[in-house]
Amino acid sequence: MGIIERISGPLVVADEMLGTKMYDVVRVGDSGLIGEIIQLRKERAVIQVYEDTTGLKPGEKVVSTDLPLSVELAPGLLGNIYDGIQRPLEVLESKSGSFIGKGLTADAIGRSKKWKFIPEKGIKNGSMVKDGEIIGHVQETEFLKHYIMVPVGMSGKISGLKEGTFKVDDKIATIEGKGKKHEITMLQRRSVRRSQPFKRKFRAAIPLITGQRVIDMLFPIAKGGTAAAPGPFGSGKTVIQHQLAKWSDADIIVYVGCGERGNEMTEVLTEFPELKDPKTGRPLIERTVLIANTSNMPVAAREASVYTGITIAEYFRDMGYSVAILADSTSRWAEAMREISARLEEMPGEEGYPAYLPKRLAEYYERSGTVESLAGKTGSVTIVGAVSPPGGDLSEPVSQGTLRVVKTFWALDASLANSRHFPSINWLTSYSLYLDDLEEWYNKTFGEEFVKNRREIMRILQKEAELKDIVQLVGAEALPDEERIVLEMGKMLREDFLRQSAFDEADAYTSMKKQAAMISTMLHFRKRAQDAVRSGVPLDGILSVKVREEIARMKEIKESDVEKSEHRIKGEIDSQFAALVKQYGEGERREAVAKE
Amino acid sequence: MKFEIEYSTIENVAGPLVVVGKVRNAQYNEIVRIKLHNGETRLGQVLDTSSTQAVVQVFGPTDGINVSSTSVSFLGETFNTGVSEDMLGRVFDGQGRPRDGGSSVSYEEKRDINGAPINPVSRRYPSDFIETGISAIDGLDTLVRGQKLPIFSSSGLPHNQLVAQITRQANVKNSSESFAVVFAGIGITYDDYSYFVSEFRKTGALKRAVAFINLADDPSIERIITPRLALSTAEFLAYEKGMHVLVILNDMTNYAEALRELSSAREEVPGRRGYPGYMYTDLASLYERAGIVAGRNGSITQLDVVTMPSDDVTHPIPDLTGYITEGQIFMSRDLVNKGLYPAIQPLGSLSRLMSNGIGAGKTREDHRGVSDQLYGLYAKAQDAKSLSAIVGAEALSDSDKRYLKFGDDFENKFLKQGFYERRSIEDTLEIGWDLLSEMPEGELTRLKKEFIAKYYKKKGTA
Repeated sequence: MGIIERISGPLVVADEMLGTKMYDVVRVGDSGLIGEIIQLRKERAVIQVYEDTTGLKPGEKVVSTDLPLSVELAPGLLGNIYDGIQRPLEVLESKSGSFIGKGLTADAIGRSKKWKFIPEKGIKNGSMVKDGEIIGHVQETEFLKHYIMVPVGMSGKISGLKEGTFKVDDKIATIEGKGKKHEITMLQRRSVRRSQPFKRKFRAAIPLITGQRVIDMLFPIAKGGTAAAPGPFGSGKTVIQHQLAKWSDADIIVYVGCGERGNEMTEVLTEFPELKDPKTGRPLIERTVLIANTSNMPVAAREASVYTGITIAEYFRDMGYSVAILADSTSRWAEAMREISARLEEMPGEEGYPAYLPKRLAEYYERSGTVESLAGKTGSVTIVGAVSPPGGDLSEPVSQGTLRVVKTFWALDASLANSRHFPSINWLTSYSLYLDDLEEWYNKTFGEEFVKNRREIMRILQKEAELKDIVQLVGAEALPDEERIVLEMGKMLREDFLRQSAFDEADAYTSMKKQAAMISTMLHFRKRAQDAVRSGVPLDGILSVKVREEIARMKEIKESDVEKSEHRIKGEIDSQFAALVKQYGEGERREAVAKE
Repeated sequence: MKFEIEYSTIENVAGPLVVVGKVRNAQYNEIVRIKLHNGETRLGQVLDTSSTQAVVQVFGPTDGINVSSTSVSFLGETFNTGVSEDMLGRVFDGQGRPRDGGSSVSYEEKRDINGAPINPVSRRYPSDFIETGISAIDGLDTLVRGQKLPIFSSSGLPHNQLVAQITRQANVKNSSESFAVVFAGIGITYDDYSYFVSEFRKTGALKRAVAFINLADDPSIERIITPRLALSTAEFLAYEKGMHVLVILNDMTNYAEALRELSSAREEVPGRRGYPGYMYTDLASLYERAGIVAGRNGSITQLDVVTMPSDDVTHPIPDLTGYITEGQIFMSRDLVNKGLYPAIQPLGSLSRLMSNGIGAGKTREDHRGVSDQLYGLYAKAQDAKSLSAIVGAEALSDSDKRYLKFGDDFENKFLKQGFYERRSIEDTLEIGWDLLSEMPEGELTRLKKEFIAKYYKKKGTA
């Protein structure tokens, strides 16, 4: 037991702490605030406290729990909302009301609820079980089997395993090995700051389908991959994160609201129980775990929130699920590190951030991946981080440290956002390094036209940007008609395909099938338009075809009508252009006749 | 009675900070009373405490404090402020003492000025439309009850008038619930202060208002507490008395500068432009106090004035503010130069909570589409304008010429509005449709077909 010597903001220095270990969790002061040891100097420990330290006095006691900062993992995780150190916010509300009180503790997983546990076939009493092996499961939601795994470090002979209805901390088996006896419950604890072991990692091969056209079509992220979305305020980082949380085809979503707005978490909490998972038709909240440490909640817990989230994500990955973790915003996490570092009086690196910032960022993103878990299951963790660079300037340390490690970069653009072009992902500067890895999957799933079309629209968009530079100097009139068609196509792709409204029911999610149909139709239009130009139809004629408006409204088409509509609109394109060619062709002929 | 020890052990004084030695067990954030040799007292707060000394930040000037004869007593509590409904109609100074010459107020309860974070599960998502009567806000970047929406302005722009106009006109449709205004003047000039008081008095808002005023020549450290007093008072009125409170923090730039002053006095490692690295967290502890708490009747809506140093939106103060608040109203010098009041530039403005506050049953079904479409066209008008600056208006295509005209009409008919002109949301949307109807229907791709059929004014029929 130690004694508080000094308090400065979230940092507390305590004496008489001999015997405590780095990163042990301690209870600080008479009100028992939760803290973590982050520095030891002989008997003296420096503690970062996860709660407001107002009112704390030197001389009060500090008690070590002897355990590292860890999370509780068991059936009952899904649908929960936690703070940065996994305290369930709903329970805190029942304890201290609408405003968060101090020194509160609560079990992360409810202890009273009983779950039906079914032992795994092939695991019998007397079987030898290894670290991480699955010994049974609980049907947590209609679609999710929550596997119970042997905690790492407890391999041996299993006994007392039985089917039945248990609370999460009831004994369900005993494992005896290496001369030790372990009681196994459905609940296990994992330390948050270290990544969990697995058998091996695979290369990315399958995209995470998000229903967001600019992402799926142009800058996809692989399951098990990493992406960053940096952008100034108002560029739609949060909306993109919310869209991914809602529509991506992961089995589990972990959403970390790290130092952001309280109302955004409220929005998720209000919407997710209402919205349906497009894959299962069940409420989205059933596949979601929320971590909310908003900007006005204690800064040290904000630092921890990202680790809490990723540890939960790894746990589900080990069961063989695809998990996506969305962290909004990693910049606030980095700032929390900076604040703690400054109070420790560490020598600052760039812009006051600690010198270990890039390492921490890399460590975090490296916890992504598709792996074969110790249980022998293939699961993935996909990490998407929002970054909030000051003034939107990407040369700052958090953006740079992130871009060095992530493989998909969605550049959010303030000028697009200002003209209400959302998602404001800039199609010229963004990139995805997964395209080659995913090509095989696209070819197998959609045929080779898909990748070809994708390259084609990228070419058009790039060409459009080049031509626009010229137009800025000489005006559009100076361009030949064929190039003006490119301008029109660029506009069509930007406004009718890349732009997507998160607030419109039909538009918020677009299936891959519909995306492919839209692109195919637009490219069909281009082909006919080019042909028409070559056969002498003036640009104004092409611009006046009625079918353009129908193409523009393809995003409103219901998913069930996609094939029919694509067929019909392509037919319209053919007939309207044919009519156009005929009209102008005849006109030319008449002129020719008149001349004679 | 609590036992208070008076310490006469001040070791050093620097800027707003006083280090008191031989102190045992001072609490972190505890309030202290500093007594000068002439009997004058000042308040301070413990910023850093150890078993041997305490660092105290003094709210007020440190002149007259000396090492030998000034004494310090620790009051055993954190900074609390008295609150009561009787405060309505009164004006207080930056530390909460009456400055209107009126009698002292009898308080109903005491509240910690730092408040406590609202549990995210206890919030109710803001969704009640506030009609400000200003087209640029209501139509394009709607204010919602419980939102924090700053005004990004610059020196010389009419943000005070805009705040006054919103305060005068804002109401929630079909609502007769009680409301109040809490005004925190943070480092404002006497001129600005008297402008607001006379505006509030003219419109009768003063009776429903509480003002905390820290003037430009008042101690800058006091600015750290002025907004917190205002917000604690607002929380009391909202959550205990069920009022819908509009909090105006004016001007947050002065607040941030006081924060920087304090940080530099503490010899902390400076962040961008000398502002402390924790400024984001500190600003959030103010802005996040806006909102609606489930199960209580009232709400807190914040309008925060931020003047951008040298019109720079990437300056740390507006930048960090924009990352915390739910959008921003952006005022533009260009529009002022064109003689356009209220000079709100929609490109650059944003309301993040708009979606939930508009639409059928709240404003009108076509609101989202009209707003998006006006935005899209105005952005195109800007492109056309920069193009015409290079190639000349003559060389523009017909569609660019149309955008250009749209841009001018939009500024003059939609954005421009009188100081006393109040437009209902229907008026605002009508003006929007007048402008949209000048465009060919095919251009209006952001509007649903059914709304075009219903509201588009065909030539000759309107």
